[in-house]
Amino acid sequence: MRYSAFNLIRHGLGNPLGWGPAWKPASLKPSYDAIIIGGGGHGLASAYYLAKNHGIRRVAVLERGWIGGGNTGRNTTIVRSNYFFGESARLYDHALKLYEGLSEDLNYNIMLSQRGVINIAHSEHEMELMTRSVNAMLLNGIDVELLDRKQLLAEVPLANDAPDARFPLHGGFVQRRGGVARHDAVAWGYARAASQLGVDIIQNCEVTGFIRDQNRITGLETTHGRVSAGVFGLAVAGHSSVMAAKAGFDLPLQSYALQAMVSEPLKPILHNVVMSGRTHAYVSQSDKGELVFGAGLDLYPSYAQRGNLPTAQEIIAGLLEIFPAFRRLKMLRQWAGIVDVCWDYSPIIGPAPVDGLYLNCGWGTGGFKAIPAGGWLLAHLLAHGKHDPLSAPFDLTRFQTGALIDEAAGAGIAH
Amino acid sequence: MLIIPCPWCGPRAEQEFHFAGEPKARPVPAEQVSDQTWAHYLYHRSNEKGAHRELWSHAHGCGRWFVMERDTHTHQILSTKAPA
Ligand SMILES: Cc1cc2nc3c(=O)[nH]c(=O)nc-3n(C[C@H](O)[C@H](O)[C@H](O)COP(=O)(O)OP(=O)(O)OC[C@H]3O[C@@H](n4cnc5c(N)ncnc54)[C@H](O)[C@@H]3O)c2cc1C
Ligand SMILES: [Zn+2]
Repeated sequence: MRYSAFNLIRHGLGNPLGWGPAWKPASLKPSYDAIIIGGGGHGLASAYYLAKNHGIRRVAVLERGWIGGGNTGRNTTIVRSNYFFGESARLYDHALKLYEGLSEDLNYNIMLSQRGVINIAHSEHEMELMTRSVNAMLLNGIDVELLDRKQLLAEVPLANDAPDARFPLHGGFVQRRGGVARHDAVAWGYARAASQLGVDIIQNCEVTGFIRDQNRITGLETTHGRVSAGVFGLAVAGHSSVMAAKAGFDLPLQSYALQAMVSEPLKPILHNVVMSGRTHAYVSQSDKGELVFGAGLDLYPSYAQRGNLPTAQEIIAGLLEIFPAFRRLKMLRQWAGIVDVCWDYSPIIGPAPVDGLYLNCGWGTGGFKAIPAGGWLLAHLLAHGKHDPLSAPFDLTRFQTGALIDEAAGAGIAH
Repeated sequence: MLIIPCPWCGPRAEQEFHFAGEPKARPVPAEQVSDQTWAHYLYHRSNEKGAHRELWSHAHGCGRWFVMERDTHTHQILSTKAPA
């Protein structure tokens, strides 16, 4: 059923339970044209674009828990495309452009709020580096603007401008098309739209092994039985190395916990997304009024899906240095997701070292903003067996050729 | 918070320590090492879920290096010992 104002009124007045499920319940068939492992945003978007862009509809998404229960439902929902290198700018801006039309495309309100993403520079030296980054972004066609100290304070009046501030405000830059979107809606919207095109979305179905014919993956062992397919996409984020080991190869990834937290709800107090590279802190205010914030990774590899206390304290300390006004707030929740971090902080999109399997992983701390593009590009690989020009630089072979896309050094801030 | 038993200093808080990756032997001789082997040495990791061998240093303590076996799923520390 289409979601519309008319249907909202009709169901509101009539039978409010008559909406039906957003995506059809499905059980595993013996075979498919394509199977996506992992029902996060990237997996669901891949299935949707396979059906929509390439007409391949005998597709299943296998999710071991519930869809969107991984990092897609645990992230702080910042979207932006202010990356340093051209390869990244093209990738993330493709995603941002798709996000801009996504509510209409999916007939599902993803609550995209382009409220602007502001990065603060705390010293003259940082400002110089930021100016260089901004120039690179402008050359890449990304809409960013430098802010001097006065402009920064006009945008973020609550930021700590005291003469003895530990991290003084020097200036910053803003991407006005950046902002936030509702994470659950992105997962559910893609699931619903994919399901309407015939994709089977199968939850509580863990992939436990690969069935091979020499160097080719031909099927999967799952907790719902065996299944075969022509091609397979792997989009399991923090568990990419675990699945790769089952398929007989390893990846240039390390899995870490990344945590975030929310405060008690407040009246509107912060109208943009604010990030500070020096303290790693970043924060935005949700529609419910909670401050949503986080910072860097926990300090060692983890699959534990919970953040450790020393890092939590550092995150809060960083936030309070920039926003002393938040000092008395109570925290409501704290959580973590397991993110797969690549050495150059760029994703891996491309064929795996075994035939028939394609990778979408390594998004690390910042792949929510990329979901539409990651899905778009994995779908292209699954349909054609070769790269779209946008994904070619992100191939796994860059670790052998040395053509890394070092956004850790380039763009500085992840997420 | 992990309490990590340094082989020399005994149990100390995790903030005193620095995780430095998976221990690996460097492939030699350099001129015969293929790009693939070198890429695997530099970048590829086992990244195990479960028992994981790790190199750590007691950076804000005695400064010495040691090998820790740790369960990456439960965070339980299985053993720490001086590097061989
Ligand atoms: C605290 C936090 C804050 C973040 N903030 C931001 C942000 O502000 N902006 C941004 O752009 N990014 C952010 N990120 C990163 C972002 O969340 C991820 O990069 C993105 O969600 C990855 O999407 P995905 O679909 O690849 O992974 P996921 O959503 O994690 O989906 C992978 C799915 O695979 C499933 N799976 C795993 N193993 C199997 C198996 N064997 N069989 C079947 N299914 C399996 C999992 O259950 C999971 O649902 C943040 C991450 C965290 C943790
Ligand atoms: Zn010591």
